[in-house]
Formats: sequence, C-alpha cells, structure tokens
Amino acid sequence: MSHQAVPRPRFDAPESDPGPASKATLKMDSRAIPLLQGKVSEIPDALFGWTMRLCGLAVVSLLVLIVYELIARSQLSWHAFGWSFFARSDWNPVEEQFGALPFIYGTVVSSILSLVIAVPLAVGVAVFITEMCPVTLRGMLSFTTELLAAIPSVIYGLWAIFILVPLLRTYVQPFLAKTLGWTGLFTGPPYGIGMLAAGVILAIMIIPIISSITREVLTVVPQHQREGVLALGATRWEMIRMGVLRNARAGIVGAVILGLGRALGETMAVTMVIGNRPEIAKSLFAPGYTMASVLANEFSEATSNMYLSALIEIGLALFLVTIIVNALARLMVWSVTRGLPARNIA
Amino acid sequence: MAKTVLQISWRRRIIDHFMTGVAVLTVVLVLLPLGAIFAYLIYKGAGSINWAFLTQTPKPVGEPGGGMANAIVGSMVILAIASLMGVPLGIGAGIYLSEYGRNRYGDVVRFVSDVLNGVPSIVIGIVAYGLVVLRQGHFSALAGGVALAIMMVPTIARTTEQMLLLVPQAIREAAYGLGIPRWRTTLSITLRTATSGVITGVMLAFARVAGETAPLLFTAFGNQYWNWKSDQPTAALSLQIFSYAISPFDEWHRQAWAGALVLIILIVAAVAAVRFAVKHGTLAGA
Repeated sequence: MSHQAVPRPRFDAPESDPGPASKATLKMDSRAIPLLQGKVSEIPDALFGWTMRLCGLAVVSLLVLIVYELIARSQLSWHAFGWSFFARSDWNPVEEQFGALPFIYGTVVSSILSLVIAVPLAVGVAVFITEMCPVTLRGMLSFTTELLAAIPSVIYGLWAIFILVPLLRTYVQPFLAKTLGWTGLFTGPPYGIGMLAAGVILAIMIIPIISSITREVLTVVPQHQREGVLALGATRWEMIRMGVLRNARAGIVGAVILGLGRALGETMAVTMVIGNRPEIAKSLFAPGYTMASVLANEFSEATSNMYLSALIEIGLALFLVTIIVNALARLMVWSVTRGLPARNIA
Repeated sequence: MAKTVLQISWRRRIIDHFMTGVAVLTVVLVLLPLGAIFAYLIYKGAGSINWAFLTQTPKPVGEPGGGMANAIVGSMVILAIASLMGVPLGIGAGIYLSEYGRNRYGDVVRFVSDVLNGVPSIVIGIVAYGLVVLRQGHFSALAGGVALAIMMVPTIARTTEQMLLLVPQAIREAAYGLGIPRWRTTLSITLRTATSGVITGVMLAFARVAGETAPLLFTAFGNQYWNWKSDQPTAALSLQIFSYAISPFDEWHRQAWAGALVLIILIVAAVAAVRFAVKHGTLAGA
C-alpha cells in the first residue's frame, strides 16, 4: 500500500486514494478560511489598529504642539531682543526692556546648590539600601524615600516657608556666616528666605529621584563583581567603592543629571522661598529669582504683548534646557541598565 | 604568611566602619525632613480642619472662619476633566507601543513620551494657556484639565506599555488560535490580564498631577466663589494653598495647612479607592 511507504499526518488519513483525497482536504481548508476571517472581521481589526496608532501619533504631536506654541508666541520678544535677551540683566515691564540673565543665574545657582546637597545624601541612601541594610529593612526604606516624591510641590513650599526658613534664619545662616563668611558666599543679613532656602528645599525634593535611580543602577551591577573584590580581601567599603560604584559610574551620573532636570523646572516650592527679586548676588543669603518662578509670578499679570512674549521666551529656554538635560540623563542611565558589558576593573 | 595576607589593617577597618556610619547618617538626614513634613502636616492641619472648612467658601481678609469647599470640588472637577482626556489617550498610546510599536516608529513615540515626562509643569501651563485660554478668551477649568491631561499621557503610556509586555506572548497566540480577532484579543485578553498593573500606572499619573499647582496658575486661575461651569475660572485646592501660604495673615496660614492635609488625604483616598475597586469591586478578577 502506498500510504505505508509515505507517512502522512493524521488529518490526511481517510481510507480513500491518497492523491485526490489530500487535494480535496486542501480545497476544503482554503474554503474554510474566508468563512472564519472574512472581510467583516478585518475592518474592526484595521480600525482598532489605526486608532491605537493614532494615539501613539497624538503623543508625538503633543510635543510638536508644545514646541510650536512656545516658538510662535515668543516671536515678538525674539525679534526685539535676539540673543541679547539671554545676556541682559534688566527686567523692566514698564519700559518693556527684558533680559533673562538674572533668572538664568538663579535657576543655575539654585539647581547646582541643590545637587551639592542632594547627591552625597541620595547616593549614600542608595548604597545603604542596596549594599548594607538588612533585607527586612530594605523594602520599607525604599518605600519611605519614594514617599518623598509623592508629596506635592506646593506642600514642600508650605513646609519650607513655615519650618525651614525660620530654622535657616535663626540657626544655620548665623553659623555659616561665622565659619564660612570669608568665602563671600555667606554674607549679608540672614533673611532665611533666599537662594540657600531654595537650594535646600530643592535638594529635599530631588533626593528621591536620584536615590531611586541610583539604586536601580546599583542592583544591575553583577553579583560576581562584588564577590570577586571581596575574594581579593577587600573590606565592605572597598568592595562598594571598587566593585559597585566604579561599575555604576555612568548610571549614577545619569541619575544626578535626571535630578538636575527636575530641579531646573521645579516651580512652586522655589517660588515660595527664593525671595523673587531679579538680582544677581554672590551671597547665597540674598534673594534671587528663577526662570520657573518668574513665570509663576508674573505670567497671569503680564499686561502687554511684549511682556507676555518675553515670559514665553523664558519658558521656551527652560523647555529646551530641560529636554536636553533629560535626554542626556536617559542615555547615560540606559547605557548601564541595558546590560552593556561592565567596565573592566582591577 | 597566609595570615598576613588575610589580615586587614586597622586603618582600612576604621575607614570601613566610618563609611558605614556615613551611610547610616545619610539615611537619617533624608528621613528627617520626611518625618518633619508629615508631623507638621498632621499637627498643624488636623487642628484647623472642621466642618466649616469642608463646607464653606473662603471669607474675605479679616473675617475668621470660612473654608475651601469650592476648591475641593474645583480640584475634583479639573482632575475629572484631565482624567477623561488623558487616561484613554495614554492607555491607547500604551497599547500602540506594546502591540503595534515594536519598531522604529514605536521607538520615536517611546523617546517622545520620556521627553514629555521631563517637561517642567509650568511650561505645560503656558501651552495650555495658548491652546485654550487665549482661544476661549478667559481662564477655565477646561484649560486646567487640558494642562493636567498633557502631563498624565506620557506616564500612563509608558506604564501601560510595560504592563502589557509582561503578558506572555503565548496567551495572545492562544486567543488567535481560537480565531479571536486581534482587536478583541488586545482588549479582552491582553489588556484584561494586565488590568491591575495598568490601573496602578493610571493612579501613579493621577497622584502626580493631583497636587500640581504650577500648570493651574494661569489656566484654572482660582476662584473665591462656587463655580459649576467648566468654562469659568475655577478654584483648586493646590492654588488655594499657594495663595494662602504666601499671604501675610495667620488665619490663612492655618487654612493653608488644613488644605494641604486635605489634599494629601484626598490623593491617598482616591488611590486607595481605585485599588480597592480593582481587588474587590466590579473590576475584580481582571
């Protein structure tokens, strides 16, 4: 028998002649397909697919819309001042003379100050949670630090006005003036409110993001790196320094830059404690102003078109700086967490 | 010989202990403000919350009493508008990314949502001002809702994507094998399997925008009175806290603390309610 010589799959097994029978089955199958997946069921599928694609497209168009709105509405100020807008330090709505330098200065200084305070603390917390702390404490600690990120900015500001600022005014600022006054950074009357207060509250606000991403980066450092360093006779700190932190360097820098991006755009808490005076002063005790807080304070009061346009140009500059900073940070974090080979260490 | 190799010098040992101490110190320093914020919030806020605070509108300067009832309702209205626009769009974008976007176009959308996530909220406020307020001619709850919706979309899109990707491919293939069309598979099988994760992402976005103040300053603008129209300036809890906090009046400071406590409680309650619904209510079994 021929069907003994050629093994056949089961669906092809009817007891008739092999040749015509298999053809008949095939024919039946090909007729069956249009019955199951006819034109009727293709339309909803296509419709659904394109609706979802449209949603994806909407995300992209949101960004395009933001860029367009900011550029289109800042034209007036751009044509009036050009690049000098970012180098002038007079801000006079009455005479329609606008320069953004004091705001840029305030944003940069308060952000750097917050990084100086936040980075050691955030990295310390991340190292403690991943490398030192007992496992039972780990979940609770990371949950608690992340709780800091859930508090609305305006509540940080409220707390800063009534608790932090008096604290700075009565204890911290006189102490700093006495010990570090010679640097020129801590001089002048201790108002409490000012650049220092803004830096401190920003630091408290960006610690959670820096520390949670640092933790993420530290946990992807391969375990054998730690074991290898320990096997060479290192103490725990030496293991952390050589085996963990070195490997995670790029990721930690990324986390810090991400924190910087947050600090640059932070509005409410800073507005409430920085003093809101467009001046460039060397002392950190002096009041300042940031790009975000000038928008918060003056945008709804801007009376002339030029005034509004100048404010929107500040918004555009803030937008561009933060997206560049964020993109840079994302790339650096990805380079570590995406499983690239770890750097060679001793 | 071997002993000297393994011996750790006292200097290295001291440094080790010292650095452990430093790490513990950083944890204490970070937890301190957190504890202080919550302690003051409860201490100052709880004393100021009373029935009048929850049912009355603000009183003029000098008159004691009054409350933030209109701001509490206003916040809810603005958040409802934002969720109505932002949640479907965000989930749709998430479905696109996980089911249709495993390619170059998807990468573009992914990158753009990460960029959007980092845009300062005050800048989103400017955009909503240009898009809605200038066209309508006045501040409105709708404008505030649009601003918050823009902020919700990228967070929801990325978490939805991640949650859908966790659903095993075999489950989708099983559905296709039964002859279920792709759209039905995505909605009834994939999305349904990932429901609790997707909702967590939505609540994360919700909690993040619920306390936002900056994008509402020149969109919703605030209002001292009741307003039931979505095209009129509307009070919001966060705006009210801000304007009371920077005012020079003690009575208003007191109310700002109360408002802050109410805001935190409302956010936590909303998140908890949705989580409860996912576990026990109509969405159970998803």
